[in-house]
Amino acid sequence: MSYTPIKRPKFSLADRIYIVAIAKGLCRTFKHLVLALTRRSRHREDFNSKGIGLCMPFPEQRWDERLPEYYRGAPTLVRGEDSRERCVSCQLCEFICPARAITVTPGEVDPASPCAKQEKAPKEFTIDMFRCIYCGMCEEVCPEQAIFMSQEYLITLTDRDKGIRDKETLYKLGGVRKGLVNKWNDHK
Amino acid sequence: MQFIIDCWNSVMGDPTWFYLITTIAKLALMFILLLLFVVLSVWIERRIAGWIQDRPGPNRTGIPIHLLQRFGSKEKQPLKKWLEYFGVPANSWIAKLCTWLRLDREIPLFGLIQPMADGAKLFLKQEMTPSYVRKGFFIAAPMFVLGPPLIAAAVLPFSSSVDTCYGAINMCVANLNIGVLWIFAFSGLSVYGLTLAGWASNSKFPFIGGLRATAQLISYEVAMGLSIIPLLMMFSTLNLQEIVQNQAENGWTLVPLWGEGLSLQRWVLLLPMCISFLIFVTSVFAEANRTPFDMAECETDLVGGYHTEYSSMKFASFFMGEYVAMVVGSALVITLFLGGWSIGLGADVCLADWAKAAAITGSDQAATCWQSILGCCAGWIVVLLQFVAFIVKLVAFVFFFVWVRWTLPRFRFDQVMKLSWLVFFEIAVINILLTAAILYFIQ
Repeated sequence: MSYTPIKRPKFSLADRIYIVAIAKGLCRTFKHLVLALTRRSRHREDFNSKGIGLCMPFPEQRWDERLPEYYRGAPTLVRGEDSRERCVSCQLCEFICPARAITVTPGEVDPASPCAKQEKAPKEFTIDMFRCIYCGMCEEVCPEQAIFMSQEYLITLTDRDKGIRDKETLYKLGGVRKGLVNKWNDHK
Repeated sequence: MQFIIDCWNSVMGDPTWFYLITTIAKLALMFILLLLFVVLSVWIERRIAGWIQDRPGPNRTGIPIHLLQRFGSKEKQPLKKWLEYFGVPANSWIAKLCTWLRLDREIPLFGLIQPMADGAKLFLKQEMTPSYVRKGFFIAAPMFVLGPPLIAAAVLPFSSSVDTCYGAINMCVANLNIGVLWIFAFSGLSVYGLTLAGWASNSKFPFIGGLRATAQLISYEVAMGLSIIPLLMMFSTLNLQEIVQNQAENGWTLVPLWGEGLSLQRWVLLLPMCISFLIFVTSVFAEANRTPFDMAECETDLVGGYHTEYSSMKFASFFMGEYVAMVVGSALVITLFLGGWSIGLGADVCLADWAKAAAITGSDQAATCWQSILGCCAGWIVVLLQFVAFIVKLVAFVFFFVWVRWTLPRFRFDQVMKLSWLVFFEIAVINILLTAAILYFIQ
């Protein structure tokens, strides 16, 4: 036999007229209501919540320390430990970006500078935060480990111009990352 | 001054003008009350939904202080200024309390104006009328939803009557002798709105929603009408004011604890009354299109139900119509089963007697100033107390509505139909016969 028929339970009359079940359900929800109002909800301590029920009232209480490691916030550019601009302006992130939020204008690196070996660096690099959908594809596609999703989730602007982030802002937000990319060292 | 009083006396002395003026006043009161209750029940709904799901619900909506800045106030933190002005140190408990109440950001209203914010939002939204709809019906449908429940509410008594020097005022907009029938007729009419909305939208899911609403309403109207007959047999009147008066004197339908309610007959009648109550309340839920019977707007299988194609204020009026139906439904349940405006435990009779006695003492020549004032006000005080009792009961029942909504999942459509035709219909018919037998055999 290719299938097994499910055995349906036989409901008694008491089950079929619902009333007991409805009363039980109403008691359960009322219990939640009372516990929420008296601030004794279950698992409240785990959340360390200060509001009604299990809620953390947002601007007063933040959940930053609970952000998972893989949280994808705003994308940022990073520098290497030698404060080298990691981005070589290959524009892969620009091409992959499904929302077309990224614009890269490639530029040349000054031959005299210590990281002249990489030859290219972005002249301008803007991310339009009004378009960004936080998908993280730019981070994934980047062959130089130059663009990372930060954990910044609170992007509230009072000015439209601040929504378009330029290179300086992105580097400031990204900071410095260690390790990983060594191929542009002079010794290699 | 004397002229105005004379004018007033002559106008109010004429029975027609007296009737007209009092009716318009009652009408305005009832209308405002209902619309306020709609707004309030939206808030109650959202807050209680929150609490039941372990979250606060909308508790933040207040009047933000930066609005004041928009209107010219240059001060960034008025709270700080005010505290300084009153000489309260910044780290005292008063300042902390003010901060806890978010007085530094807004004038807190604990989310009470959330429905108004929602309403304003809906009002400002783009009004879309798709090109393929049947325009006239499409526009008329929301009015059909919102209007009938408001009209039906006219016969609901919200307090007893009061004697003034110009005549008695019955605290019910229209004291009709067919009150119950009036309510059934008009609450039944509101389904035309849903059906028209579904049909005029010219789109298949709204159409199915409208059809469902019709089928459901017809089914439950039958059960509802039949379930109420035992009650009408007991009170032998269709006038809602008289029904409530009877309950005030002889015990509420479900709580016969005073007056004639202590007789054997009333206690035996409690069984059919409880059955009636269950069927009636369930039918009211179904009529008001509330969960677990909101088949007509079942978003999981009907996109949005009958109002899919609607937007902006038209959508909002469907929403409001639903809430008005809910409030009127609760008021009806209270009126029929839980004593309406009656305070209970025989207090109404005592209060009425007291008011009468006070009026007689007050009109006496030998009465002191205080006694004559009391004589004038006693009737109004009683009416006011009863009005408060009505409101309290109404809020409690609206809470019950909301509570049920956030407890029970939606029925399947065939289950809804089955419940009405195969269960409630039969039980209601048997219930009528049972009541008749009890009324005949147990005296």
